[in-house]
Amino acid sequence: MSPILECRNLTKKYGGSYALSGLNLTLERGEIIGLLGPNGSGKSSLIKLAAGVLQPTAGEILLSGKAPGAETKRFVSYLPDRSYLGRQMRVSEAVDYYNTFYDNFRPERASGMLDSLEIDRRARLSSLSKGTLEKVQLILVMSRDADLYLLDEPIGGVDPAARDYILQTILTNYNENATVLLSTHLISDIENILDRVLFLRGGQLALNASVDEIRTEYGKSVDTLFREVFKC
Amino acid sequence: MPWKLDSSRPIYLQLMERIQHDIISGVYRPGDKIPSVRDLALEASVNPNTMQKALSELERSGLVYSQRTSGRFITEDEKMLKKMKMDLAAEHIQQFFEQMHHLGFSDEEALDLIRETLRRKNNEPDS
Repeated sequence: MSPILECRNLTKKYGGSYALSGLNLTLERGEIIGLLGPNGSGKSSLIKLAAGVLQPTAGEILLSGKAPGAETKRFVSYLPDRSYLGRQMRVSEAVDYYNTFYDNFRPERASGMLDSLEIDRRARLSSLSKGTLEKVQLILVMSRDADLYLLDEPIGGVDPAARDYILQTILTNYNENATVLLSTHLISDIENILDRVLFLRGGQLALNASVDEIRTEYGKSVDTLFREVFKC
Repeated sequence: MPWKLDSSRPIYLQLMERIQHDIISGVYRPGDKIPSVRDLALEASVNPNTMQKALSELERSGLVYSQRTSGRFITEDEKMLKKMKMDLAAEHIQQFFEQMHHLGFSDEEALDLIRETLRRKNNEPDS
């Protein structure tokens, strides 16, 4: 079986500056992977290229052996870094919308999570707080049975208690052959649920190691190592 | 409640220690079935693959054994359980002496302090 995600010499250029430059990377199935790096290091660009909303300038990115497109969207569940749903939609309508679009959407799973977080299904998205809107979007994305989840900053705007719930949600809902790639700045909050971390610097891979490899080798947490590697 | 884990040491080692501790303190009895990897991972709020590794290591040490279809169980080998308890005790004692050395006490002085502490504790009324 081809790896779930593979980048070969992947390059993305905006005007004269490189967001990603010659990135080579292979991700295996069944791992939760943290994509870490300072602002402007290329995290979002990598996720957007995988989601098929950006096209590479050079090189290629393959998901299960296929270039991102209509076919890959069936098995890729993508959480963008900003809201993409109609503001006037009600929560229940957003759930229906997902249910119509994706045959691997599990409405009962979404329902369970909306109940646990006490989110009103009749509320319009425009009336929700920033954190609640983020929760709704993550619930929709995690309620699909996908092979690859691409989560761009899934926990940035939510309070610490909801953050714990969301991490539990990720742990509960991904199956053992699925891969989760998530970008975040809140490293210490998510360290324990990750298999592996990728450090990006200037559009290139600075480190690709498992969390326990880092702790064994450096005797420190990923968070501490990150602060040292990227010290300003 | 997520398990309390130290942020600088490998996670799988800490998971192993926690399960060993649970065996000694009687949360699990010899021969008990332990929860599935997934349930334990959720309880601890850790990655399932890391929990899998911790359990595999415990299996390798013989403390836990797996039966192909029915899951993982705590060993009933009393000798092995006793040895694990002694090993952990030895580790704690060693750490204690290391810390006392850092504070500038010799082994003898540390021992005297232990005796002194015990004597005081035993003489206290209502304790």
